[in-house]
Amino acid sequence: MHIVVCIKQVPDSAQIRVHPVTNTIMRQGVPTIINPYDLFALEQALSLRDAYGGEVTVLTMGPPMAEDALRKALGYGADRAVLLTDRYFAGSDTLATSFALSQAIAKVGETFGAPDIVFTGKQTIDGDTAQVGPGIAKRLDLLQLTYVAKIPSVDLDAREIKVERRCEGGTQMLKSRLPCLITMLEGTNEIRRGSLEDALCAARSQVLKWSAADAGIDDLTRCGLRGSPTVVKRVFAPTARAEKAALIETAEMTLRDLADELIGAILTRQPALEQELAFNGGA
Amino acid sequence: MSNANREAPRPNAGRAGTKKELPEHFKDYRHVWVFIELERGQVHPVSFELLGEGRKLADKLGVALAGIVLGPPGETTQSAVAEAFAYGADLVYIVEAPILVDYRNEPFTKAMTELVDTYKPEILLLGATTLGRDLAGSVATTLKTGLTADCTELDVDADGSLAATRPTFGGSLLCTIYTLNYRPQMATVRPRVMAMPQRADTPIGRVIKHKLSMAEEEIVTKVLGFLPDSQSAKANLAYADVVVAGGLGLGGAENLQLVKDLARAIGAEHGCSRPLVQKGWLSADRQIGQTGKTIRPKLYIAAGISGAIQHRVGVEGADLIVAINTDPKAPIFDFAHLGIVTDAIRFLPALTEAFTRRLSPHSRDKLAS
Ligand SMILES: Cc1cc2nc3c(=O)[nH]c(=O)nc-3n(C[C@H](O)[C@H](O)[C@H](O)COP(=O)(O)OP(=O)(O)OC[C@H]3O[C@@H](n4cnc5c(N)ncnc54)[C@H](O)[C@@H]3O)c2cc1C
Repeated sequence: MHIVVCIKQVPDSAQIRVHPVTNTIMRQGVPTIINPYDLFALEQALSLRDAYGGEVTVLTMGPPMAEDALRKALGYGADRAVLLTDRYFAGSDTLATSFALSQAIAKVGETFGAPDIVFTGKQTIDGDTAQVGPGIAKRLDLLQLTYVAKIPSVDLDAREIKVERRCEGGTQMLKSRLPCLITMLEGTNEIRRGSLEDALCAARSQVLKWSAADAGIDDLTRCGLRGSPTVVKRVFAPTARAEKAALIETAEMTLRDLADELIGAILTRQPALEQELAFNGGA
Repeated sequence: MSNANREAPRPNAGRAGTKKELPEHFKDYRHVWVFIELERGQVHPVSFELLGEGRKLADKLGVALAGIVLGPPGETTQSAVAEAFAYGADLVYIVEAPILVDYRNEPFTKAMTELVDTYKPEILLLGATTLGRDLAGSVATTLKTGLTADCTELDVDADGSLAATRPTFGGSLLCTIYTLNYRPQMATVRPRVMAMPQRADTPIGRVIKHKLSMAEEEIVTKVLGFLPDSQSAKANLAYADVVVAGGLGLGGAENLQLVKDLARAIGAEHGCSRPLVQKGWLSADRQIGQTGKTIRPKLYIAAGISGAIQHRVGVEGADLIVAINTDPKAPIFDFAHLGIVTDAIRFLPALTEAFTRRLSPHSRDKLAS
């Protein structure tokens, strides 16, 4: 079985700060990580490979430094890594990104064997759109299975796959066919610690670096800014609220008085709540 | 948007960034459409919130607002049509087919793209639910148009383009995104981000039926079953009127009980900040914030929560935010309305007790009457 996992190198957004005056992102010293959701996808891919045999190819589109993310993935045990990097990709929105990735996946397929499953994480923590996975599926005409929590079975001979996907209010059990694209949900599996052998292998392995031309992309108007129907017109900071919270004094007050005072303040501001709280409360 | 390489704001977006004369074949794209999400017989409330927002856009543009209903033939689908009218749609496009009984990407994408190709909307809005995101992504790719995810504000500018504003970089910044030269202009919005419009009692409008050219045999994916969440997991956090949440300031999983006790006493739902989910103290559907739920309660009480931007974006729509935190400099006091600088672990039981005391006469009155 050949599995392709799309990963993205993202800034660790917990550590991003916005410049207070210029409203620009201060990136200096912000570490990069593999998008956490992609790690669940990678782990799922690796465990399927371990169970059914085959190979896992990790693929990312990004700047040259994204090679680090791929090396990490090799360290976890991926068999092959491809970095799709070219200045033509700069400024890609989700449509242009899914175009470039789908072309690269097609090329990976031609070169190393057609993938049975393409994985992505459910979304990235920087873009947060959850659109690239479905975009790739559509472009490659793969069946699309999003928000997958579990893969109970894969039948390689029958080319059949069963998945459990989360949806509003429950879990949907689906049967579908290979090849397909799956976006993985968080928390379903913990990423393994790569073995020493994997680590050595990762250090030695080549990360394949493909330009747009290497990936067989001849229509550059569909890439990068030019291939992106959406345009960012304005970036700005959320307006700060003018007044801060009215603080209720705590010194020299018993907890009981304090609580009464707070409830008084709440109900003064929202008188209609009193009936509602009383009605709904278990008192 | 979102993107591999788009790193910094690019006011100078080059060719794509300038509005050209709209290509001839896009000129007859009109109307604002809202996808009415129907899953197992229930319309998701986000669809009504979007109708409210869509109404404003349609009025500004001077065009009609349409609801899109895709479902199996029968009563639930018909009542979704009626609801769409009640919440402001002028007309409803409906596709009724047995293959639309459960959500599957293939028939829904097919139905939606056929509708768009036939009736040509200028703007298409969907809820950023699991269903809505699954569908929006493949519809936009099929139509090769722009899609802006998780918008927090929608508007049309002077020349009639959709201006879709969404948080970026984890909520620390907002950006406004346009789809200038492609149609339809698509956007998704999370539940509870937009206010619920008034329901009118004049559920009448024009219904346009469309026949789907797809049969069950053409659909590869089959639904084997559905496992509803257990009652306890069925938190209706997003739509609760009162929410009590705890953060890391609670110190330990056992103190979460104090939050639950207060919530029970005042008939609230309980929630939490993200670290509690990561520690396994509560399930993911209790998480409030950017990567959790957006809430819009009348009252939100946050105990031991610092108020990081990712948390803030999920609670800003609350009418009244009350923060309990030991640190007077905690960022939550910047956006809370009422604050108490005190130890939540000691204060929460007192608050629960005081509420119970205050509210019980009313409950008794209620029971008696
Ligand atoms: C991509 C990304 C997405 C994220 N999404 C979300 C999200 O959806 N929701 C979310 O909440 N977070 C999210 N976060 C995490 C967020 O950045 C913060 O880390 C998180 O909200 C902090 O949780 P907290 O306030 O409970 O904990 P802390 O930041 O540790 O704050 C604890 C607070 O409790 C106070 N305190 C301590 N002891 C007491 C006491 N005894 N009584 C009262 N107060 C006390 C402290 O003063 C402090 O202010 C996200 C982060 C990233 C990077």
